[in-house]
Amino acid sequence: MSELTFKDFETDQEVRWCPGCGDYSILKAVQRTLAANGAKRENTVFVSGIGCSSRLPYYVDTYGFHTIHGRAPAIATGVKLANPEADVWVITGDGDGLSIGGNHLMHALRRNVDLNILLFNNEIYGLTKGQSSPTSRIGTTSPSTPHGSFDSPVHPGLLALGAGAGFIARGVDIDQKGLPPILTAANDYEGAAFVEILQNCIVYNKDVFDDVVNKKQAAETQIHVAHGEPLIYGKERNKGLRLNPAALTLESVLIGEGGVSESDLLVHDETNPTIAHLLLHMSAPLPTAMGVIHRLNRPAFDQSFWHHKPTERRAKVLDLLRHGNMLDRRAS
Amino acid sequence: MAAQSDTIPEKTSYVVRFAGDSGDGIQLQGQQFTVASALGGHDLATLPDFPAEIRAPTGTRYGVSAFQIQFGGDRITTPGDAPDVLIAFNPAALVVNLAHLQDGATIITDENAFTNQRLKRADLDSNPLEDGSLDRFTVHPVPISDLTQAAVKPHGLGTKDSLRCKNFWALGLMLWLFDQPREATRQWINIKFAKDEQVKNANLAALDAGHAYGETMELSHQVVQHPTPEAALSDVEYRTLTGAEALSLGLVAAGELADVGLMFCSYPITPASSVLHHLAGLEDAGVSTFQAEDEIAAVCAAIGASYGGKLGVTSSSGPGIALKTEALGLAVATELPLVVLNVQRAGPSTGMPTKTEQSDLYQAVYGRNGDTPLPVVAARSPADCFDAAIEAVRIALRHMTPVMLLSDGYIANASELWALPDFEAYSAIEHHQPDPDASGAVFERDPDNHARVWAYPGHPGFVHRVGGIEKDLATGNISYDPDNHQAMTDLRQAKVRSVANFIPDQTVDQGTAHGLAVVAWGSTYGTVTQAVREALDEGLSVGHVHIRHINPLPENLGALLAGYDRVLVPELNTGQLATVLRDKLLLDVVQLNKVSGQPLTVSEVKAQILALAPNNLREASNE
Repeated sequence: MSELTFKDFETDQEVRWCPGCGDYSILKAVQRTLAANGAKRENTVFVSGIGCSSRLPYYVDTYGFHTIHGRAPAIATGVKLANPEADVWVITGDGDGLSIGGNHLMHALRRNVDLNILLFNNEIYGLTKGQSSPTSRIGTTSPSTPHGSFDSPVHPGLLALGAGAGFIARGVDIDQKGLPPILTAANDYEGAAFVEILQNCIVYNKDVFDDVVNKKQAAETQIHVAHGEPLIYGKERNKGLRLNPAALTLESVLIGEGGVSESDLLVHDETNPTIAHLLLHMSAPLPTAMGVIHRLNRPAFDQSFWHHKPTERRAKVLDLLRHGNMLDRRAS
Repeated sequence: MAAQSDTIPEKTSYVVRFAGDSGDGIQLQGQQFTVASALGGHDLATLPDFPAEIRAPTGTRYGVSAFQIQFGGDRITTPGDAPDVLIAFNPAALVVNLAHLQDGATIITDENAFTNQRLKRADLDSNPLEDGSLDRFTVHPVPISDLTQAAVKPHGLGTKDSLRCKNFWALGLMLWLFDQPREATRQWINIKFAKDEQVKNANLAALDAGHAYGETMELSHQVVQHPTPEAALSDVEYRTLTGAEALSLGLVAAGELADVGLMFCSYPITPASSVLHHLAGLEDAGVSTFQAEDEIAAVCAAIGASYGGKLGVTSSSGPGIALKTEALGLAVATELPLVVLNVQRAGPSTGMPTKTEQSDLYQAVYGRNGDTPLPVVAARSPADCFDAAIEAVRIALRHMTPVMLLSDGYIANASELWALPDFEAYSAIEHHQPDPDASGAVFERDPDNHARVWAYPGHPGFVHRVGGIEKDLATGNISYDPDNHQAMTDLRQAKVRSVANFIPDQTVDQGTAHGLAVVAWGSTYGTVTQAVREALDEGLSVGHVHIRHINPLPENLGALLAGYDRVLVPELNTGQLATVLRDKLLLDVVQLNKVSGQPLTVSEVKAQILALAPNNLREASNE
């Protein structure tokens, strides 16, 4: 059988997101990733909750399960445990995954079930028409917060780190070059891989990430981290991140100025949760970290779960029926 | 106390109630007595009755834990209305159980526990052993604590640890009283305390000392030994088991009969947790268990497992079932097999977690958003949980539907004698998994049971998407088409209705097909059986109709009940089956309802039968 192309992962269903929605490009990146990795339709499952992002399974020609609000990580856990051969992806959003389903996300991450969890973060509720979400910034005006929201947003990456996630990455919806490698890395990780994708809701929260993702300045506002490489960014590749040991923070420095050389920069160690914390925490004027921010191999839950394999089931069942103290009245 | 002559009547079956602090090992004592009684060849039924607190403050009334057993040579279906013998370890255990006793009952109590301090702890102003309040009973104060300490002294335990052996001392006395074998208890102690020689020997010594005390007491003619006749049993193997054990075994057996792996996903809740405990570690028997983060995750993981090709099973009690409800709709909508076990307890809200009730019937039959029908099956006794679980799995797999399996706190914890079934006689459970190499339409449905194909990841020929949004009847894709929603709703109704074509006709469990019908479901089975038996003996026209399939009801139920003049529905709720019968059969019924957290007694049911059933003998003599 010939290799499948990304088009082979399209379904006959009309995609019903708003024109210009960031979900279109994420869908494409997902399909490209599947094709590039030689995924098999029958062994790939997309499980989603409720929300705009959660319609994605209907558009990918693999097994797909569009479930109920917030519960995708729990259902996907069941799918993976029951069907260990399956490659299970979870599609969720900031409302679905961090509000109504926050508990399940936390436990899927700490258990380290082998799932690829893609959280489309657009900092708003889309499908229910624009209410503020748990990632909305303070002051977000919405139908449910007419005077501006005043509750502090949750930080998806830091929540994942706190929950014990072994794989944390971040990408941008429109980054067709950067996103597929991140998805591939997530897929390769044996355990719960958490990917936050900054997604543009063109109707209810248009360009909320513009200061980070706008292509004109993206080189200065994003840093694409790579394990073992010094933290360098900027169009001229002349900016870097240096650890300030006194303040325990990262600071942006210009390479070649004030005696700063590349060797002064912090080298990314994806296995180090403290560096992950520093990178995840960065916001303007520091760049936003993209790529694989944290990757630490530890045993996946499903591997331990299937440590015992059923053998001699019938004999065991018959044995169980006769367990305990027997009163034998059979004719001897 | 003056020596009294023995007042325990000579009977073929006896009722004994053990009572003490929740930390006294009362339940263990009861379980050991149960095993001994079974090995002694007796039929039996038990009623554990304990507080929610694990180790409630000692000596308090609310901390009293009790265990009641009826055993002997009769066919026994209930733990008995009134104990012949109460053994009470302290004043509180004595006073809270007096209400269960009839005049003349025998009380054995630890007289060492009747100190001023413990009397006060039990809210007693005077000592019932001295104030005449027990005059209508035969009381044997025995210095159980002192005698236990003396018996275990050679083994060098401290006072506190010595006193922990008193449950075995008392057990030894009771085993002597009814001439039950000690061997199984000795064996249990040997295994349980294998790693602690001192504790092991102390408990063995206590058991023997209690037994020996009985023999000595016999000499003083205070209490006479009451050897209990054996029951008329069949030529098969028997064991005792609780409802929770039977249910777990039933699930395991069903997995084997279906040749499908089971994934049991649960979250701890009283009184359902014991099923999770029994199934955990049984991977070799084809069951994997998953303790989820909450009730919702538990049902969702089970649904995910069913989507993934194993049979998902989840369990809880009423409050947890409420949390799972939205997900049940998903399982109905996506036509996936699932078994949902509800071990009912007294509600509403947290209610009384360790007390039994049958008040989740509405929740099971009606309790979902949308038109979301699902089959409901109820277990009627501890051992019956085995067959009820198999039946629930059979329906779930045959029809590709979630099934609600109802048990309750009483049958989950109670135990009875179980004749080992001939497992080879159980028919295989059919399911709809396709051939791995086949291909076809996932949503093509079996015309008889309306099941779709159980295609799961790994099948290249059945790649599909499915979800909770209304789906196209043929393709499974999202559909908002009005006619399609009508067709899908009709399909979901027809599927559950079709279950009735596969279940046996309703029969009369016992008694007449005219006169008064006592229509019951679930754990009232034993009580109603005994009450109807006694009423029949007295010549009444009464029949016991016990319903396993609550939804759909058996097709012939309406016709069957039309043969009776009146219908009595005894339930541990305010009338939920009564409502269902009125709803489905337009049938008027007389209700008998009780919601005290305790099972119905035989006398309560019998009194209603006597009031309502025509008496053949009386009517014959009038002619």
